[in-house]
Amino acid sequence: MARVIVDVMLKPEILDPQGQAIAGALPRLGFSGVSAVRQGKRFELELDGPADEAALSDVRKMAETLLANTVIEDFSIKVEE
Amino acid sequence: MSAARVGIVTFPGTLDDQDAARAVRLAGAEAVPLWHADRDLRGVDAVFLPGGFSYGDYLRCGAISRFAPLMDELIPAARGGLPVLGTCNGFQILCEAHLLPGALTRNAGLHYVCRDQRIRVENTDTAWTCEFAPGQEIVLPIKHGEGRYVADAATLAVLESEGRVVFRYAGGNPNGSLGDIAGITNEAGNIVGLMPHPEHAVEELTGAPSVDGRGFFTSILKRLVNA
Amino acid sequence: MTLDTVKRALETPGERQPYAELGMKDDEYQRVREILGRRPTGSELAIYSVMWSEHCSYKSSKVHLRQFGTKAPKSEALLVGMGENAGVVDIGDGWAATFKIESHNHPSYVEPHQGAATGVGGIVRDIMSMGARPIAVMDSLRFGGATQPDTRRVLPGVVEGIGGYGNCLGLPNIGGEVVFDPCYIGNPLVNALCVGLLRKDQIKLATAPGPGNKVVLFGARTGADGIGGASVLASATFEEESQAKRPAVQVGDPFMEKLLIECCLELYQADVVVGIQDLGAAGVSCATTELAAKGTGGMRVNLNLVPLRDPTLRPEEILMSESQERMMAVVAPDDIPAFMAICDKWDVPATVIGEVTDTGRLVMTWDGDVIVDIPPGTAADEGPVYERPLVEPAGQTALNAAGPCRLPRPTTGAELRQTLLTLLGSPNLASKEWVTSQYDRYVRGNTVLAQPADAGMLRISEVMPGAQDTDRGIALATDGNGRYAKLDPYTGAQLALAEAYRNVAVSGASPLAVTNCLNFGSPEDPEVMWQFAEAVRGLADACRTLGVPVTGGNVSFYNQTGTDAIHPTPVVGVLGVIDDVSRRVRPGFVAGDLRVVLLGETREELGGSEWAHVVHGHLGGLPPRADLEAERRLASVLTTAAADGLLEGSHDLSDGGLAIALAESCLAGGVGCTVTLPGDDPFVDLFSESAARALVCVRPEAFDPLAELCARQGVACHGLGVTGGTALSIENLFGVPVEELREVHTKTLPGIFG
Repeated sequence: MARVIVDVMLKPEILDPQGQAIAGALPRLGFSGVSAVRQGKRFELELDGPADEAALSDVRKMAETLLANTVIEDFSIKVEE
Repeated sequence: MSAARVGIVTFPGTLDDQDAARAVRLAGAEAVPLWHADRDLRGVDAVFLPGGFSYGDYLRCGAISRFAPLMDELIPAARGGLPVLGTCNGFQILCEAHLLPGALTRNAGLHYVCRDQRIRVENTDTAWTCEFAPGQEIVLPIKHGEGRYVADAATLAVLESEGRVVFRYAGGNPNGSLGDIAGITNEAGNIVGLMPHPEHAVEELTGAPSVDGRGFFTSILKRLVNA
Repeated sequence: MTLDTVKRALETPGERQPYAELGMKDDEYQRVREILGRRPTGSELAIYSVMWSEHCSYKSSKVHLRQFGTKAPKSEALLVGMGENAGVVDIGDGWAATFKIESHNHPSYVEPHQGAATGVGGIVRDIMSMGARPIAVMDSLRFGGATQPDTRRVLPGVVEGIGGYGNCLGLPNIGGEVVFDPCYIGNPLVNALCVGLLRKDQIKLATAPGPGNKVVLFGARTGADGIGGASVLASATFEEESQAKRPAVQVGDPFMEKLLIECCLELYQADVVVGIQDLGAAGVSCATTELAAKGTGGMRVNLNLVPLRDPTLRPEEILMSESQERMMAVVAPDDIPAFMAICDKWDVPATVIGEVTDTGRLVMTWDGDVIVDIPPGTAADEGPVYERPLVEPAGQTALNAAGPCRLPRPTTGAELRQTLLTLLGSPNLASKEWVTSQYDRYVRGNTVLAQPADAGMLRISEVMPGAQDTDRGIALATDGNGRYAKLDPYTGAQLALAEAYRNVAVSGASPLAVTNCLNFGSPEDPEVMWQFAEAVRGLADACRTLGVPVTGGNVSFYNQTGTDAIHPTPVVGVLGVIDDVSRRVRPGFVAGDLRVVLLGETREELGGSEWAHVVHGHLGGLPPRADLEAERRLASVLTTAAADGLLEGSHDLSDGGLAIALAESCLAGGVGCTVTLPGDDPFVDLFSESAARALVCVRPEAFDPLAELCARQGVACHGLGVTGGTALSIENLFGVPVEELREVHTKTLPGIFG
């Protein structure tokens, strides 16, 4: 059993109004020093087996076909220890 | 001659299928219900993907519906020239299925917006717009939270240069869409996707204060009869 | 961990139980012990504590609410009255409508988005459980002052929650109210209404008859939603440190609810449901006790079979969980395969968890041990009933004496003009488009009228298969005015009914039946209880006079912070029927060259008015008179005139009086008007809030027939002028361009909420 994390973020050039709204709210709450916020999605996949090469290759395919829309989103994959 | 048959697709969470079927019937065509789980287009002459919140808009709007068994039939048929109209969630599904380029993202104002919107018809060569006049302004309802059209610069340039932007918002951009884009078509002009709802603007008594949506359905009927 | 079984309860009669922590009084706990002849198990205590809560048992309000039955007017339309999940009325041609309004006030304060969303979800399931297709929703909302900081937290979340849930269900949102008053800070009111349609011979009821029939739980899995109270129970029964604090907030899944709607309709179509109940407050406890109590009387349930989202839940928690999007059905054994196949088609999980018995006992087991063994009626129907003390509030007489007559009034044309604009741009009268544009009003294509029209209206013929031959439509309006009710709860409740009734009539529909949501402070405060008793008495009397029965509703007590209660706020919903929906009357001035006509009498009535509130921050005196006979005659004129095709546009007069009605009528159609005021005092003409009035516009040739109709009914009819032009012009006083009206009207809410 292993847990694989897939993080999906809007591509840098795509407007993220939710992130902007959060960035706008921080100073109002008294937090300073944050110049930008981007909001993304985190998927936690519980694998039946180990996170070996074959499994990670499958996760990559899952991310490309379903978890992320690669027209507007990038993703990254990491194995949780 | 038997009436033209327009398929209306229902996914779990589709909402505007009843309106879509009514609009098709009022135009004089037969509305044929298509179920997402069936690998069967039932021999229809055209397909309408109506709006709603298929799969609750979970993950991304249209992302899960795009893999429905019916789509396995629809995608090749559409690439082969079958006329397909997608409104709102239907447009989102067409983009997720890569039948149309680009994507629909969260409205710039962050709110869901339901309002009667002025729209300019930019392309009257498609299967679904041939009965409009070029540059005609119409009023259709919009009702969405994720309707901001985005695509990379190269794609936008191609859409513009090939005249594939079919509809643009007029009198104010409601969602921050690039280039005020409200709807687009594929290269062949048989697939059209737009965020506004023509099916809610076909009757005097109900829906939006306009009947401009009728043009979509008279267009497709004319196209099918002449085909 | 020790499981508290019936056997153990018998062996340990003296074990201390946390009934007080669960909100039970000493004598209530003693009564449970008497009923059972032993101490209750933890699970039984969970059931009784929640079923005997104010929310579920109506123990403080019951003695008053009886008047809705004893004073009810005779109505042939009433098919199902109070006491079921929702009332049902006959709307003709074989069809029936079911509707109800319910509060979700406190959850919406704690977590505005989810609180409001689950409020919509809950009322929609009430409507589904009557056998109906839900066809529209409305929301009656009250917040603290518009610019108070907490309102900026609560309102956007509530609106997003209602929109996010209702839009995803595909239910048009066709009306409601948004009201601001500092008295609601800390206690916002979120009252959600749903209406459904069904064939009148296909009403479903919450009942579990027929021993051997199966009990099916279907919909979402059960998790730890809204069971903060039950963790108290569990921690007393088990090792304290093992119990994490459970969340009090319920989270809604509108997609599951949409599947549940379509699934239920297909189950009804297939005729495989004997009885059905939604799971709302008190979840499995409520559904099992109520179904069993209304059926053969017994039920056996294996709680281990309840599908769980959180496998660590204990039986007490399962019983109290308020997880959303769940229903319970009673199904004949032979129909189980068909039932399951339909659930499967819609991806709705369904599980048989028990069966109906004729033992007169509700018996539940966990790991094979009996943990509940009670007569279900004692929990469902035989809860405590209190006649709480009442006393008129100490300041009531002084409040009523401090009328608005000494407040400075505008006199010149310029002052009157400015007063109109000040009121029109004030948060309560300003355009609510910022809110309503977040709701889908078009979905399913049957919306004939929606906000800002006085009433929402739906066409029936295309709502469900088989209805195509009816021309009918239904109309709905909700209204309430906390300031009026504060000044006089008896009259205030009557005025709330009168306005909703009038709003329905203004659309051309005949008012038929009533639902209500009674929002008050603590019933343990005798002054609040007096307000409640007066409001119920007023509403019951008014329903009798107007001939519209109460079909159901909801009481929400404890809307107070410390000792500061909200204004008493009875919210009343009225449902009406229009025989030919194409005869509906559109709001306001729909075209130029029409005669503008004021119907009804104007008196100097400014107590509790919008003018006194906005301009002077004043609340005192008496509210307008509730002249119910006049309301009835006015409604008769409006519906007859609509049916005869005499009316082009209409609008009722209420908050802000004739001035605001004229302005809103201009804004509705984008058409101006030129009018002459009928009385001697322009200020009173413009800003008095006398009830039983409406503004209509008619083609010139329709004026005489309308005047004759009014004369026959004894309704005053004043021709004020004509529509047309680009300004609202009051002869000899002032004019305002419609565009200026629009700017003032529309900028307020976006200016506050972004």
